[in-house]
Amino acid sequence: MQIWVSQLFSGLSIGSILLLASLGLAFSFGLMGVINMAHGEFIMAGAYVTYLFQTLIAPNFGPDAAKGGVFFVLSIVAAFIIVGALGLLIEWTIIRRLYGRPLDTLLATWGLSLILQQLARSYNPQNLPVVAPAWLSGRITAAPGVVFPYSRLFIIGLAILCVIGVYIYLYRTSNGRRTRAVMQNREMAAALGVATRRVDAYTFALGAGLAGIAGSALTLIGQIGPQLGTGYIVSTFLVVVLGGVGSLPGTILASLLIGILTPIFEVSLSLAKFDSAASLAQVIVLLLIIAFLQFRPKGLIALRSRN
Amino acid sequence: MSRITVPVMGKRLLCALFILVLGVSVLPAAAQDNTIKVGILHSLSGTMSISETAVKNAEMMAIDEINAAGGVLGKQLVPVVEDGASDWPTFAEKARKLIQEDKVSVIFGCWTSASRKAVLPVVEQLDGLLFYPVQYEGLEESPNIVYTGATTNQQIVPAVQWLLDQGKTKFFLLGSDYVFPRTANTIIAAQLAASGLTPVGTEYVPLGGTDFTSIMTEIQSAQPDVIFNTLNGDSNVAFFKQFTDAGYTADTLPVLSVSIAEQEVKAMGVENITGQLTSWNYYQTIDTPENAKFVADYKAKYGADEVTDDPMEAGYFGVYLWKEAVEKAGTDDIDTVRATIHAGGISYAAPEGTVSIDGPTQHTVKAVRIGKIREDGLIDTIFSTDPVVPDPYLCADSWADVLTRPAGVCGGAGATAEATDMMMTPEATAGS
Amino acid sequence: MTAHRLTQGSRWIGFIVVAVVLIVVLPDVLSDFQTQLLGRFFTYALVALGLDLIWGYTGMLSLGQGLFFGLGAYCFGMYLNLEAVGTKLPDFMGLYGVKQLPFFWEPFYSPVFAILMAMLIPALLATILGFMLFRSRIQGVYFSIITQALTSIMALLLVGQQKLINGTNGITQMTTIFGAPLSDHQTIVNLYIATVVVLGGLYVGCRFLVNSRFGRLLIAVRDDENRVRFMGYNTVVIKTAVFALSAAIAGLGGVLFVPQIGIISPNQLSIAASIEMVVWVAVGGRGTLIGAIIGAILVNLGKSTISTLNADIWQLIMGVLFIGVVLLFPKGIIGSLGDGWNRIKPLWDKSYVPQPKTETQVEAEAS
Repeated sequence: MQIWVSQLFSGLSIGSILLLASLGLAFSFGLMGVINMAHGEFIMAGAYVTYLFQTLIAPNFGPDAAKGGVFFVLSIVAAFIIVGALGLLIEWTIIRRLYGRPLDTLLATWGLSLILQQLARSYNPQNLPVVAPAWLSGRITAAPGVVFPYSRLFIIGLAILCVIGVYIYLYRTSNGRRTRAVMQNREMAAALGVATRRVDAYTFALGAGLAGIAGSALTLIGQIGPQLGTGYIVSTFLVVVLGGVGSLPGTILASLLIGILTPIFEVSLSLAKFDSAASLAQVIVLLLIIAFLQFRPKGLIALRSRN
Repeated sequence: MSRITVPVMGKRLLCALFILVLGVSVLPAAAQDNTIKVGILHSLSGTMSISETAVKNAEMMAIDEINAAGGVLGKQLVPVVEDGASDWPTFAEKARKLIQEDKVSVIFGCWTSASRKAVLPVVEQLDGLLFYPVQYEGLEESPNIVYTGATTNQQIVPAVQWLLDQGKTKFFLLGSDYVFPRTANTIIAAQLAASGLTPVGTEYVPLGGTDFTSIMTEIQSAQPDVIFNTLNGDSNVAFFKQFTDAGYTADTLPVLSVSIAEQEVKAMGVENITGQLTSWNYYQTIDTPENAKFVADYKAKYGADEVTDDPMEAGYFGVYLWKEAVEKAGTDDIDTVRATIHAGGISYAAPEGTVSIDGPTQHTVKAVRIGKIREDGLIDTIFSTDPVVPDPYLCADSWADVLTRPAGVCGGAGATAEATDMMMTPEATAGS
Repeated sequence: MTAHRLTQGSRWIGFIVVAVVLIVVLPDVLSDFQTQLLGRFFTYALVALGLDLIWGYTGMLSLGQGLFFGLGAYCFGMYLNLEAVGTKLPDFMGLYGVKQLPFFWEPFYSPVFAILMAMLIPALLATILGFMLFRSRIQGVYFSIITQALTSIMALLLVGQQKLINGTNGITQMTTIFGAPLSDHQTIVNLYIATVVVLGGLYVGCRFLVNSRFGRLLIAVRDDENRVRFMGYNTVVIKTAVFALSAAIAGLGGVLFVPQIGIISPNQLSIAASIEMVVWVAVGGRGTLIGAIIGAILVNLGKSTISTLNADIWQLIMGVLFIGVVLLFPKGIIGSLGDGWNRIKPLWDKSYVPQPKTETQVEAEAS
């Protein structure tokens, strides 16, 4: 029993990280059809913003400022803004020229990811530690062996917050309405006077900003380094494809599903005395996704559109 | 193929070929007299560059020092630095280039076992010489490699023994999923079995993995009294963060790591790892005049914030051991130098104390030190041994017979005094 | 007509001159190391050729060519490992306490079987995957993402299965090929020549293919799949066949790669490796077979030379190359050269009329 409660929590926390990481991609890929291979590097950039805040700015305001957590929260906001601005810049210079050539955006953004990685490496080749706020270092012990660390709960909360924010943006603001209009029928939206190019730029920037938030959250569970984002590229794309491209609820469902299934397979395989249970579990989940797409190529929650 | 391209096709091919020939002919480099070329082959880009750049720096410092003091046999050393790019075939290619094109007298390089295994056939087939500076899983003796890092009986085995002496009985083995942790854990399990113990858990994380939620659950249910950690560098940060988040400290559950040295501590932030244990042969805090000079020189050359650690030191004294061998041989001819090394008796007063090459195994004789990580990120020695003779196949330990050794390695000249009480099991000989 | 025949003739003369230079002159001029390096680049060119067939001509961007290349290389690597150890077990198995050769290694004592499998396994995998994907009309970017996921799955599997296939270390224990030591001058030259011959043969074969009726169909599928389907063709079969063919070519590239480098590890199956293969084709010029070959060779030559000069800068150059090619020269070197030729030739040859762009080139600009 205990082990399954813990596993469920593991699943939720893995799923919430996956969701945070995929949310931005759901915008750039799901809504705009841009295969952004530099998405992982946007996540990395977000993590570096948090590093800069916690390590370079916070200490100027007293030795314990980084521990206090104000700067950590500020850094999440900053990561959203700064990485979002980076996204805007990249949309202007590169992505804009490649609309309608999705495979070419793949190549160009992969090139971009190499450049961003190298820039991070030139800044500092080492992996860097980020100081976590003191109030995130505790934990709730629900039962012996069932522990819920605050940092994990925080990430789950942050993911929920981001989903709510995205929902409000898409369904309660005029910008969001335009975004949905462009996504559902670009020509018609343009004919009705929506500035589709501007909507594209905002959407891409928003996707980048969300990746930045994911990067900030990742500093709570691991180190940051130039390669931070590379591990998320395959899984985030699969989340978006599995969920159904352009479908926000689909993205949420898919990340939770993958998050919960992976540790369950891992534990089951491990109990069955399989070698390398962790990597086998990932393999099985990936295969299941590919198999599932056979039956529902449009993903879990298919979106009807006239494209 | 479209018709429009037809008329120019032949010209294009020739043009491309011209570019090609031009490109290839730029590659070779000229050799000079009065100098000795030495190769440096580490990952300067990619994931492993984090660790390997520091070793390269230490090796370059040794070369500079030697050159400033007049060189080797009166000749200046000319380092040829190549990037292995954290990619094993690239290591093989670059090793080949260093030996065939640059004609270097020796290569200092590699970090991961995978890169060493990639370079091994190259140095064996092309008759090169490699100095390998990192602790590894043992069970290897190449006549073309000198191992200046620890083998298992100079790091893992004594660490487990020390933990047993401290009264630890419930070992949890945690490692990255690749050759070093797998072999190390096989050895540890055999060693524990000799004391009537079995590990309470053995878990492997995919290389580079950063999610330890499942592992934490395992640890919580297994209730170990010590974790033996063979995780690879990158995963360690995530592990210790999540370990601390789950409520553990060095006091409640000690973790002994064999892949975390000062460089790694510096990169991961010390707060989650203070008080945890390590096993190495060298720490920056070792109190010898040689070490004081080594640390001071390194900081002067590469920055006051820099730290020195075991693989760096092994890379550094490896250059000096090679110099000793060349001077004893009277030539930098690879075959003669190898014969000289194999004959034994090459030693050097290294920062960790005097080290010498054990001729038959071509590993280094060195002391083992259990360390405790301080709040400032440096590591204090809390236990140390006399210099230990390397035993890469663990011939001296009868419990290690469960390992599959190549036929004949333990009966030969390399066997230590206790070899007589060590019978090869039928499976061990038949199966290999 | 005469002009056409003449150009046909000059094309063949060019081809023969290149072949003679590559096979007879270069091995004599180059050192062993350079011969081997060039031989390896030609194996990459093979992969690029296959990739161009499905990407440049059929419009499907496969990010799984590294997987097929790696599988081919593993098949032949297993044979070479067994040849090196004879009746004993491969060394790495000893490290993990494996006492008996795993059953699936057994048939790899036979080099013929190994080479056949090196092409059949990738082809079979591509057939199954292609059939499943194309049948459910998964195409475009989804095809790319799924082939990429499959590549990462396979790399994960190989990394995880250490007792069977030695995990991240890969297979490195190789000393001889068909009894000849791998480090011998003659072996190196022979392997190099074998690679050149295979590459030349496949190049001619692929040219024949793309100029044939089937080739026209490929281009038609790329430009408007629905129309081809409405004309009564089964596009699933067409696409699956060309995907399988490109996989087999990549596998063959892997076979020739392994003995020339002496190692195959899961790194070669990484996503980065697969995408790098796409760059070779993009740089050389997609939709032109010779472009794929030249791209593969030039990019790798650049990588090998530049990384020796400055390790850090290579990644930056690679990144800029990607973006630059996509934004400024979507047709790659060969396509852009063709454009330039069309523009400058009329300067002295007034009778030259730049011919209209072919569909291939139009698509390369548009896709």
